[in-house]
Amino acid sequence: SPQIVWSMLGNRQFCSYKMTTKTQNFCRNEYNLTGLCNRSSCPLANSQYATIREEKGRCYLYMKTIERAAFPRRLWERVLLNKNYEKALEQIDENLIYWPRFIRHKCKQRFTKITQYLIRIRKLTLKRQRKLVPLRRKIERRERRREEKALIAAQLDNAIEKELLERLKQDTYGDIYNFPIHAFDKALQQQEAESESESDAEREEEDDEDVDKREFVEAEDSDLSDFEDMDKLDTSSEEEQEEEEEVEKKALHSKSKGKTPLKGPARRKRPYIEIEYEEETEPTTKTKAA
Amino acid sequence: VGGAMAADGGGSAGQPAPERVLFPPTFSVSEIKNKQRRHFMFLRWKQQQRKEKLAAKKKRRKEREALGDKAPPKAIPKTIENQRVYDETTVDPNDEEVAFDEATDEFAPYFNRETVPKILITTSDRPRGRTVRFCEQLATVIPNSHVYYRRGLALKRIIPQCIARDFTDLIVINEDRKIPNGLVLSHLPEGPTAHFRMSSVRLRKEIKRKGKEPTAHAPEVILNNFTTRLGHSVGRMFASLFPHDPHFLGRQVATFHNQRDYIFFRFHRYIFKSEKKVGIQELGPRFTLKLRSLQKGTFDSKFGEYEWIHKRREMDTSRRKFHL
Repeated sequence: SPQIVWSMLGNRQFCSYKMTTKTQNFCRNEYNLTGLCNRSSCPLANSQYATIREEKGRCYLYMKTIERAAFPRRLWERVLLNKNYEKALEQIDENLIYWPRFIRHKCKQRFTKITQYLIRIRKLTLKRQRKLVPLRRKIERRERRREEKALIAAQLDNAIEKELLERLKQDTYGDIYNFPIHAFDKALQQQEAESESESDAEREEEDDEDVDKREFVEAEDSDLSDFEDMDKLDTSSEEEQEEEEEVEKKALHSKSKGKTPLKGPARRKRPYIEIEYEEETEPTTKTKAA
Repeated sequence: VGGAMAADGGGSAGQPAPERVLFPPTFSVSEIKNKQRRHFMFLRWKQQQRKEKLAAKKKRRKEREALGDKAPPKAIPKTIENQRVYDETTVDPNDEEVAFDEATDEFAPYFNRETVPKILITTSDRPRGRTVRFCEQLATVIPNSHVYYRRGLALKRIIPQCIARDFTDLIVINEDRKIPNGLVLSHLPEGPTAHFRMSSVRLRKEIKRKGKEPTAHAPEVILNNFTTRLGHSVGRMFASLFPHDPHFLGRQVATFHNQRDYIFFRFHRYIFKSEKKVGIQELGPRFTLKLRSLQKGTFDSKFGEYEWIHKRREMDTSRRKFHL
């Protein structure tokens, strides 16, 4: 009889469905109505018992009566509940008519809980699911190592610098940077390839351009102040002067902190001095820019 | 053997430098059972090997000097790039087919200057601080880009809206455990979608010796080492993010460098010190990407047509084979 069952299993001896924690006892039996281990909610210790369980999204009402206590196979009778919430509640009521109030109440509560979580499942599956992809440790390690090695092999700074210099050579920057030595090298090559007369003509043309350049630069450069490095530049300029080419160096203090873009020639970080040469003058005469 | 061993018996690091060691012909260091002795003998053997190698090197160098001009040219050391398995889809710059393909693919409007790039940067759900900051910095690096937060919106529904508002590219930064680890780059009007794994993300404050903030000038773009067909299309994808005419006055350059299938992104400011020297200063975030898949249409994980997926078992078998 249920009294004996409860006094043995529930209270004193071992019940395999019972889980004890510090504050409460739980019952792991799948037919349990509330989930707690109580005298009134133990499916083993009550000969008349009912539960709600759901399978694949449909809810069933399970009932157990004393008459079938001897036939374990037919013990639990199952009724499929209506999908409609109210109608299902009525079904529970009509099936559990004349049953103890406790069981009826708990059944309806459980049914409500189950339907609500089923609704939530359906809503969530419509939204985006986050897919968890397991990381494989060996592969992660391998990838990281290969990345480090690739980084070392890449030599990024060198590559970038090389590419930028290439672009400078290809003249993609146009007139922004005047490195006259550049233009001079080209002129030199041309001179070697062709005859002298032609190269003279070219040189004159270049000088014309240089004249224009010079004027352009003068208008821009109003910040010159330092002439301290004149002497140093004297010696270097003397060498270049033989080639009848203009040497320009700009003296700009690095005043802009990098946020304001420079308009015009590239700025230098150290003060330079601008020296201009006139072509036909003697080597010793030099004119300084204003 | 026994006698020689007894001499070295207590031997550990305190022994004098190895002289010529005589071993009986069938002896090998690994056969000694005692671990300490075995280790010691192995070290000695190693030192000897090194000595021999050094001697051989010196000899070779002497011979080379002796020969002078007639010496054979120096051997080129083998690197992984040298030994790379030749990929048949390597693009030849003069290839007509490739040129034709490029003229008719999805980036043609960009390269013909019909469209101006406009970029939408977003993240996965609930981005954490690092990702948010990374998005902001990325937005400063790429001109004409906007950051929008995704509050649970489905990508498939965002995409038609973006197309309606004239965006040309969509970047989604995926986050895992508070760090960004994936990047989905989708060219919008029916363009290809590339999915990358992102690693080594460094924000601006973590970069040493960095410069000031990137200004609003359009940077130049450098694409290095995109040799194969696949690499070429990926390179064009990156190029289409930036406006066509870089502001040379801004002196900023964004680099996508491909090395062994890893794409390194860097953002620098350069300055020409002379026509043979240039100085670069790193601003801006840096990260590395590894291509995971390339899809033909816009982002669609279920029904999309994949042009290329990284299949680990097939593609990672050889250390000398790269796909980009």
